This record gives sequence, structure tokens and C-alpha cells, in this order.
Amino acid sequence: MIVERLAGKRIAVTGATGFLGTALVERLLRCVPDCELVLVVRPGWRGAAERVRRDVLRNDAFDRLRSAPAGGAGSESFEQMTGRRVRAVAGDVGRDGLGLDEAGRSLLADCDVVIHAAAAVSFDSALDDAVEVNMLGPVRVAEAMRAAASAAHLISVSTCYVAGSRRGAAPEQLVDQSPFFVDVDWRGEVDSARRARTDAEQASRTPERLAALAREARRELGAAGTPALTAKVESLRRRWVDRQMSEAGRARAASLGFPDAYAFTKALGERALVETRGEVPVSIVRPSIIESALTEPKPGWIRGFRMAEPVIAAYARGLLKEFPGVPEGIIDVIPVDLVVSTILAVAARGPAGDEPDVTQIASGAANPLRYGQLVDLVREWFIDHPVYDDRNQPIGVPEWSFPGRGRVSAQLQRAQRALGAADRVLASLPLRGRRAELRAKVEEQSDQLQRANGYVELYGAYTECEAVFGLDRLMETWDRADPADRADFCFDPRVIDWSHYVCGVHLPSMVRRARLKMAPGAASAEPRPVRLRRQVLDPERHLAVFDLENTLIASNVVASYSWLATRHLDSGERARFVARTLREAPRLLALDRRDRSDFLRYFYRRFEGAPVDRLDADGREMLSDLLMVKSFPAGIRRIRQHRRMGHRTLLITGALDLVVEPLRPLFDDIIAAEMGADGGAYDGRLVSAPPTGEARYQTLADYTAAHGLDLGQSVAYADSTSDLPMLEAVGFPVAVNPETKLASLARRRGWLIEHWSPSAGAPAKRLPIAPRPSRATGSRGSPRPPRLSRTA
Amino acid sequence: MASDRRPRPPRPGLVLDVDRSTPPVLFHHGEGFRLHRLPPGRSRVIYPAEPLPGLADPDGAITEALLNPIGEDPLPSLLRPGMKLTIAFDDLSLPLPPMRRPDVRQRVIEQVLDMAAAAGVDDVHLIAALALHRRMTDDELRHALGDRVFDAFSPIGALYNHDAEDPDQMVELGRTDQDELVTMNRRAAESDLLVYVNINLVAMDGGWKSTATGLADYRALRHHHNVATMVNSRSFMDRHRSELHHSNWRQGAVIRRHGPRVFQIETTVNNNTFGRTGPLAALQKREWEWSARDRASFVAMQAGLKAMPAAARRRAFGSWLAPYELTSVQAGEVEAVHERTTDNVLAQHLVPVEGQTDVLTMGLPYICPYNVNSVMNPILVMCLGLGYFFNLYRGRPLVREGGVVIMSHPTAWEFHPVHHPSYIDFFEQVLASTTDPAEIEAKYEEQFATDEWYIHLYRTSHAYHGVHPFYMWYWGAHALQWLGRVIVVGGEPRAVRRLGFQPASTLDDALEMAADVVGPSPTVTHLHNPPIVMADVT
Repeated sequence: MIVERLAGKRIAVTGATGFLGTALVERLLRCVPDCELVLVVRPGWRGAAERVRRDVLRNDAFDRLRSAPAGGAGSESFEQMTGRRVRAVAGDVGRDGLGLDEAGRSLLADCDVVIHAAAAVSFDSALDDAVEVNMLGPVRVAEAMRAAASAAHLISVSTCYVAGSRRGAAPEQLVDQSPFFVDVDWRGEVDSARRARTDAEQASRTPERLAALAREARRELGAAGTPALTAKVESLRRRWVDRQMSEAGRARAASLGFPDAYAFTKALGERALVETRGEVPVSIVRPSIIESALTEPKPGWIRGFRMAEPVIAAYARGLLKEFPGVPEGIIDVIPVDLVVSTILAVAARGPAGDEPDVTQIASGAANPLRYGQLVDLVREWFIDHPVYDDRNQPIGVPEWSFPGRGRVSAQLQRAQRALGAADRVLASLPLRGRRAELRAKVEEQSDQLQRANGYVELYGAYTECEAVFGLDRLMETWDRADPADRADFCFDPRVIDWSHYVCGVHLPSMVRRARLKMAPGAASAEPRPVRLRRQVLDPERHLAVFDLENTLIASNVVASYSWLATRHLDSGERARFVARTLREAPRLLALDRRDRSDFLRYFYRRFEGAPVDRLDADGREMLSDLLMVKSFPAGIRRIRQHRRMGHRTLLITGALDLVVEPLRPLFDDIIAAEMGADGGAYDGRLVSAPPTGEARYQTLADYTAAHGLDLGQSVAYADSTSDLPMLEAVGFPVAVNPETKLASLARRRGWLIEHWSPSAGAPAKRLPIAPRPSRATGSRGSPRPPRLSRTA
Repeated sequence: MASDRRPRPPRPGLVLDVDRSTPPVLFHHGEGFRLHRLPPGRSRVIYPAEPLPGLADPDGAITEALLNPIGEDPLPSLLRPGMKLTIAFDDLSLPLPPMRRPDVRQRVIEQVLDMAAAAGVDDVHLIAALALHRRMTDDELRHALGDRVFDAFSPIGALYNHDAEDPDQMVELGRTDQDELVTMNRRAAESDLLVYVNINLVAMDGGWKSTATGLADYRALRHHHNVATMVNSRSFMDRHRSELHHSNWRQGAVIRRHGPRVFQIETTVNNNTFGRTGPLAALQKREWEWSARDRASFVAMQAGLKAMPAAARRRAFGSWLAPYELTSVQAGEVEAVHERTTDNVLAQHLVPVEGQTDVLTMGLPYICPYNVNSVMNPILVMCLGLGYFFNLYRGRPLVREGGVVIMSHPTAWEFHPVHHPSYIDFFEQVLASTTDPAEIEAKYEEQFATDEWYIHLYRTSHAYHGVHPFYMWYWGAHALQWLGRVIVVGGEPRAVRRLGFQPASTLDDALEMAADVVGPSPTVTHLHNPPIVMADVT
């Protein structure tokens, strides 16, 4: 009956790029051969048609259809079939009139059914976003239909949780018919949500807030230079506003008895739709928590990482030790294919009358899945199919004791505070390389905890929800359905065998999608660093640019200065020099942290009056005594590999040119700090701004422009966030022995991280003090009196 | 009465059959030592000869040799005003360990310079004939030549290291009858007289190898520093059966025809490596003859070494200067001089040994020719064991074909970044792909030998030439081809495996592993070296 009734119909769908929308489109194309679809999607920069092709039709849901296209003509390909039956229309439920153009409006006018499945489903979406999409979305769709004089049947997808957080029966009735509904003016909520955005934007711009954000940016990036810091402050500010808005949504929802802003805005959305629909016939379909498919288009099919997955994955990895909930509570999930069938059954049935009708599709009333049962199933499955850790050991899953939400939250927050403190300590230490990774690890754990805490906050309300969603209208429709429909469009929640669904369908597909490591042994794919290294050493690259200090050698300008300065001192002077330099060290370090180029300018003054010839000669000697001793052989090898690949190699360093001169054979070009000279002696002033921080980025940009090289095809090696502008500018950034801040940035951005160290076996050199030129030792000399005269 | 007080004459080397009463045997083990019991009834230990007496008047002997050379006119008669005189001398790789002052080179060169001064020669250059070795530092030159020579010649640029990569300072002298190129340091080649001062520590040293190798460059060295030559040198310590030496001698013939007149001075030192008395004296004694004091000082030394950090241990060993004594000095025509020198070397080193063994054990010491004041990296461990120690034979190898060598050495994954940069890359890249000498030679040698960065470091820093690690590997090519297995006791497993060898934690484990190759209850021979012993295997 469903196929016959929908045959030849034109059906509009919003939200086709979402989980439910994609399943809906697939089922209509596959099972209702004669219908046509109008997909209203946000066009993005590619345009609506391309978006539909990429984001909808390429999904693996269509694999079945692609291999055996439906629609009669056996020779018709999937592309031909979709080209014939699917129209893409650019539109946005977040904009008045849906942002439709003339053609879109006329397509909509010709539709027989409109299924509104677009929603902002994220549980932490900003209040105003949720209001625009969930509350005003249905209103706008109905309005657009009225404007187009459409007589189509509007099916608006909502959620069972519009019933709010409560116990007991929640029947299929309009929200305002519920005795528990607190009537609020939805228009007032829209206004206040929009105002909240303005207020938050305002609050984010107060001097105090901006100063705090600047401090945070600095803490994260260090001395990265003004452009990088300002960009960071702005992105932090936006994030702050979003957090404020998300918080505002949660608070407003809670105040009205909803688990989150999603349920709250959906509830008022239903109310607004009913109020403003005019003549448009409306049916509301309310699913509970939609989960992976039971059978259609294939068992376990799902789109996006949804709802329970992050929680289960975190549990399987042993990260989530506790999760709140009542073991006998009902966790109301419903496979997506049952929801699709329900919507199609409602569409086939047509409007129920003049008044809007509500159909709920949930499992709790007919075939409840208890929370305790779910946890047991998941636990047993993971005991049989453990996730393996990096060392190929199976991870044991914890046993949950079903504590209350408050206790879990408190536990998590305590752990997070401890990690936060650890993170602050680590961040303030001058760590590098593998030790800096320690902070990355703490940070990762902290991220995970934060996520876990988020789950507890968000899902906790759902697991504790004890409402039982009535299914009278659904079951009535089911009872009336003919056997063919029952077979092809099953929406009876009683068919679900939970143990089979959880263990045989949902978890196997989930672990595949979450890429959990389910077998010991080497990772199937090539390890990421190996792949990144190959990309870096690809012949296609143009240029490899290197920083010097801590990237190629474990040394710095202070060390090379003190080497040069002590080269001609006697031992007493040496001791005094060392003492003086050590006294100064903290101040120098602080200055260096604040601003590299100021530090260099200040520091290089010390070379004032140094004789050019002697310093240059000593610089050559320093190659053996300091640079090579402190060098990272793997780094030197990497430069040479680049050269063999035919890449140009470039050294950009704040070190003095005379210091790096002996490294010239490694590089096509060297850009270093250069000191002015005055009559055979250096004047201690830099000829131009030292190439550090943004200056380094500019230097690199100028260099690539001058040589016709592509920054996108360049590789940059550096160790510190002061090099961030340069690293961000190139196509292939490499963090070498990164200090803590860069380590965490590189980890998050997926950059190649190299740990290069000086050669084991290098002479231990605690202080960078030069050996004195060879001098007579006098003792143990010739046994005879000297009668040697040099014969010149 | 007087004759009673004379020290007893040194005893020759010894082959000891191990029985149940034999005490544990000393194995050198890098910067440390180990004592191992060898399986009784089927093991033997080859002990070096005790140090021959040094010359009572070394300076007098040198004068005598210079004034009465073999097959050549007395040195003073070859010197005249206005002539170009070049004195080339062996580099840091000799002797091992470095000797106490005055070094033999200092004694000889001071006298040569005296004679030159007396003859009014004023164009004198001194060149460290280091071929592709690292440049010696000023302190090292000063130690080898003494303060007076160094201070007189270094500041005016007349004392320096050979630079085989300076295209302007190398000349081609011609080609041998087998088309081998002969090159030489320009200053040496264009001199009226080239005096070469040798320290012939082992039988491989000296002869035409001094000038044909020490003052040449890569283009000339590649004719004999290659896998084919090394596999056909059986051994390279036996000049008459060494393809390495045949090639050098052919190049020597070209030098004789087209090069400078060469006045060769060769010297030998005795086996007094660790001192007859003093903290290390036990190391050159036979274990069952250790006195209570030897035992106590050995135990104390072991405890001290154990307590020391690695760097301190390295410094302690590195500071040891051998109290070598001069045993002979020969001067004059290269080949005639070399025959006599070799006899003198062998008189100290050669020990007759009957029959080969299934398993040869050796304790590798902390030093080899290429890590003076440096680090014994894994490649040098291979070269010392399979190159130098394995080849310390005359007649046939000590170990039978298909036999096993067990070496004891920590074999740390450590490299000196200044001295051995190309070794690091050789180890990380070349050995990671293959350990076969012929394949290595064919695939990688050219690339490393002509690498501009290595050449830059060889010329301006103190790095061995880029191709040098290849030579180290070729040095062991004969042994690699000959042996069934190589096991390293107490080595860092990762590094040992990279070398293509097998790691074992104890000697017993190693012997067990060796039995897989050579069968159960194999015969074992331990080469108790250093002090140096060379087996005359019949």
C-alpha cells in the first residue's frame, strides 16, 4: 500500500544530509520506485546539486542501490536514476522563506509531501542556533509552503523528548495538551535567544575579557608573534561566545524541565508550527533516540558518530570508569529504519484530519531496553571482543556500579582539576622533545575527561529520563498495515531482539566505524609518522627550510657566544665569565621568552668591538668543538636527503652568520643574523631585523616569492611556537623536539613530530667553553736539552 | 752475583691447553674486562710473548740508523741547502694506545731536523700522512712530535695534516702495470727528498703502504681498499700473501720511478702495552701468574670501573699512555728496510699454533686505530674483531672455514659526532639495508665517497672521510666470507643485530649458539690479545 500510495508523488525532504534524512532518501529511491525527490539542502560553496551528490548520494547507504539500481529499466545506472528522480534545491531552514529562489519555490509548490527532517541535533549547540533551526525551522517550512500555495502534507520530525524530563506516560499528544507543559511564548524565546547572542558578543569584547583571552592565547602559543597571537585571541573569543550560548541553551532548557536545548527548542517548534501552519496539513513524527539500522539499508548502518558511540568507545578503551543511570531505567533507542518506515507510513496515510496529529516511534513502551541490560550486553561483548592498546594488550572493561549523576560528575571534575594542575606545571617547565610529549599526553587525557564529563552532563539526563512514550497511534497504524507493508516497511518496535541488535548489529558496526583496534598485532595501516615522512621527502616538494637551534643542534646563541668569548681567556677569567653568565641566565631566559628578536638585539651587543678576523676564524673552529658535538645526526641526514631529492634547502636562523658559515655546504642558502663591522671590529648591531618569529615567516615568504617556489610544496622544520607563523605557512610543517606548547599544537594538528637527539657518544660538554689553542705542556719533554733551531 | 740481578729474558708466546685447573681467562671487553672459564679439554689460549727488551740507547740507535742506512746513502749526504725536504709521519692511528712522551716520531724527527739544520736545509715541511683518516688536532700533533717541533713548525704553517680532498695539492704520479692510479700529496711529490717516519706496530704497517696509501687520495686508494682485494689478502698481516700489499708495492714501483726520492725510517716497539708494573700490569701477565697485588688491583679496578659513569670510564681509558720501548730502527731504501722491520715485528708477535679451531674467541679492547680520543662505535667493533684480530695470522686462519668467532665487547650504539659522522649514516642507512660487503660497495660507496658534506667535514673539521666506514667493513670481508657465524657477548643487542651478528649475554650462551653451526663440543681457541699476538698457524 505504501508503495502504491506514494507512487508518482513528488516528495520534498529537508535535512537530507543528516542521519535520518539520508536513510529516508535511500529508502524512497530504493523501495518507492516511482516517486520523485526534491532535496532542500544548504548549498555551501559547491552548490546544492554537488552537495547532494557528495554528501548524500555517495554515502555507503546507497551501496545496495548502486549495485542493483531500482526503478524498472534494468540498464539504468545509479547516476542516471538519481539524475532523473532527484532534484536538489538550495535552501536553508535557518532563513526566512527558506532562502528559496523562484525555481525552488515552484518545485516546492509541486510537491505532494514535505518531510521536514532538518534539525540542529547537537546537544550542546548554541541556544540561538537551536532556536533558528529547531524552533523556527518548521514554521518557515510551513510558511514557504503557504507562500507557494502548496497543498502538500507536511510531516515534521520532532523528538519524543519534547515531553520533558519526567516520569510516567507521555502519550502522542500535542505538547500544549500535556498537563506538565509550562506555556511560554515561543516568540519571546526567539527574541531573547537572539538578544543573548548580542549580549554574549558584547561581553566577549570587554577589556577584561579580551585581556584574559590574550593571556590564554599567550599561554597556548608562547612568543608566536603578533599576527599568530591576534588570530588566536579572535578564535578563542568566538569559542567563548559559543560556549556562553551553549550554556544559555542548557540553562533555559533545564529551567523549563527539558533535558537540553534540543528537546526544548523542538517542543516550542512543534507549538509554533501548530500555531502558524494556517491551512497546511501537518503530521508530527517523534522518534526517541535514533540509532543504527536494524536491517535497512544494511544492518548496523549509521551516519555520523552519534549519541551512544562516544560513550561506548570511551568505555571500551577503559577511559570511562563510571556512567550515571538507573539500571532498571529504560534507555529508549530506536533503529533508524523503523523511524523511516514510520514516516513513510504517515506520508502514505496522508493527513489525519484538520488537526495536526502526532505519531511517536520509540521502544520503551512496547519492547523496553533496560539500562542495566544494555550495560551488561556491552560489557559482555567487549569481554569477548576486547579493544587492544598500543602494546597489544586487551583492555579490560570496567564494571559500572550505576552511581548517581552528581557523584560521577564530581569524580570527573576532581580528576580534571588534578590534570589541569599537572598541565599548568608542565606548561611552565622548559621541556622539549619526548618530555614535552608528556604534556601532550596529560592534555589528551584531560580532553578525554572533558569529553567524558560532557557525555555525563548531556546523556545523563537521558539515561535518567523515566518517561514512557506512548505508541497508540503508531500501533494503530501498524495494525491496519497490510502484510506487504509490514514486511517491507516494518516499524513495529517489538521486532527488535535487543541482544541481537546490540551485540550482532550495533557494536560490530560501531567498532569498525570508530576504528577501534580489535586485534593485536601491527596496525594494519602504515604508521602515521612513516606516511608523513614519505610526504615530506616526496620529489614533488620544492623547498625544505630549517631552523637551527634545537632543530639541528642542541645549542643556542648564548652557548655559541660564550664559546667564542672564552676562546682566548685564561682560566681565572673563564671562571669569572661563567659565573657572570650564570647570574644573568634567568633574566636572559625571561627576555627570550618574551620576544626573540629583542633578546637577540640585546644579546648581540656583547660582540661590540670583537675583531672580525679572529671571530671568523674561531667560528670555523667552533664547527668541530661545538656545532658538530651538539648536532642531531638525524637532522643533518634529513637535510641531505632533501638535497638528494632535489629540494632546495634553506637555513633561517637568528644565530650569527659567522657561527653558521661552516654549515654552508648543507644548504643552498643561509639567512642568518648579520652584524655590522667597523674598521676590523664588529659593532654589535644587527644589520637588519633578525629572522625570528613573524620576521622568519616574512623572510621565508619573500624567499619563496623571489625564487618562484610554492610555500604549499615546502617543508619547514622548527622547534618552538615562535616559529608558528612559518610552520603554518608551509604545506608540510615538521615539529622537531617540540617544546610543550608546540608539541600539543602539533599533536592536535596532526603534524609530523620528529625527535632528534645528539649522537650517543658525543663528548659531554656541560658548559659551552672553548678549549684554548694548543700550548706547550713543558713536562715529559725531550730527554735532551733543546738544540733544535728552526731552520728558517 | 751481577747476573742474578739481571731481569730474566722475556718468554716467547705460549699456547696453553685449558684443563680443570686453569683459572678464568681475561677477556678485554671495551672499557672494561671480563673473566671467563673456557671449556676444559677442548680449549686453548694463545698468549702473546712478553715484551722484548727495549733498546738501551734509542736515540743512539736512531742516529746509527740514519748514518748507516740500508741500501741508501747516509741521510746527511742527501741533505743540501736550498733543497725541498718533506718529512711525512704516521698519524694518530699508531701506536695503540698512544705512547708516553717522547713518542718515537718525536725522537726520530728531531734527529732528522737536526741533520737538516746542520746541512742548511731551510725548506722543510712536516705532514701527517693520514690518507682519509681524520685530521689530527694541534694537541695530538704536539703529543706525537713534541713541543719543540710543534712550536717551531706549526705557527708558520710548515706542519700540517695531509688533505686528500684538496685538488690543488694532489698530483698523479702515474699508473701501475695493472692500471692502478698513483697519487701523492703535491708537496711530498715535488720534494727533493721525502723522509717517511713509521711506527710499525703490526706487520701490516710500513713499506710502500706508508707513502702509497698515507699520502694518497680516494682515487688511488680504491684500487686496494676494496672488497676483492681484502678477500684475497690472506692475511693482510702477511705481506707476501696480501693483495693489499701487492697493490701498494706496485704503486711503490711507480713512486720509485716518478716520485720523490724516499728515505724510509721504520721503527718497532715492544709488547710493553700496559707496563711491567703499575695499575694495568696484570693485563700483560698470564692469569695463573698473577700476584696477590695483581689480583687485588684487578678487583679494585673492576669495582672502580663499575662505579664510574661511562664518560669517566672513557676518559680513564683514553688517558692511558703505553710505556712502549723502541726495539729497533731501520732506515734507508723502502723495501730493504721493510723486510728487516717485519722480521723485528714478527719476533715480538709471532706464536706458532698447530691446527685450526672450530670457535675463535676474542676480547675486544677499548681501542682500535680509528677511535683514539674518540668512541669505539659498532662499525669499529666489527673492524677490530673481524678485520684486525681475525687477520692476525700467518699461514691459515686460526678458525676453520665455516667456524665461529665469538667477540666480547659492549658494542654500544654510540658514535662520535665529530669524528665519525659518515659512520652514523652508514650504520643507520647502509647497514639497515644490507651487510654484504660487495653489495655495499657496489650500491653505496661512490655516494659516500663523493659526498660534499663529508668532504667538507674531513677537510675543515676532524672527521674521517665519507668512505672510511666502507673500508672498515671491507677490512672484515675476508672473515665474513670465511665464517659461519659471528656472536658478540655482552653487546647491545640492537646494535649487534644491525651488524648482522648475534648477541649473547654470556660466553656459555655464545658457545651454545656456536654449537648450532660447528656441532657439539667444538674446539675453542682464545686469542689473548692485546698485547699483540699473531698466530703462525700450521
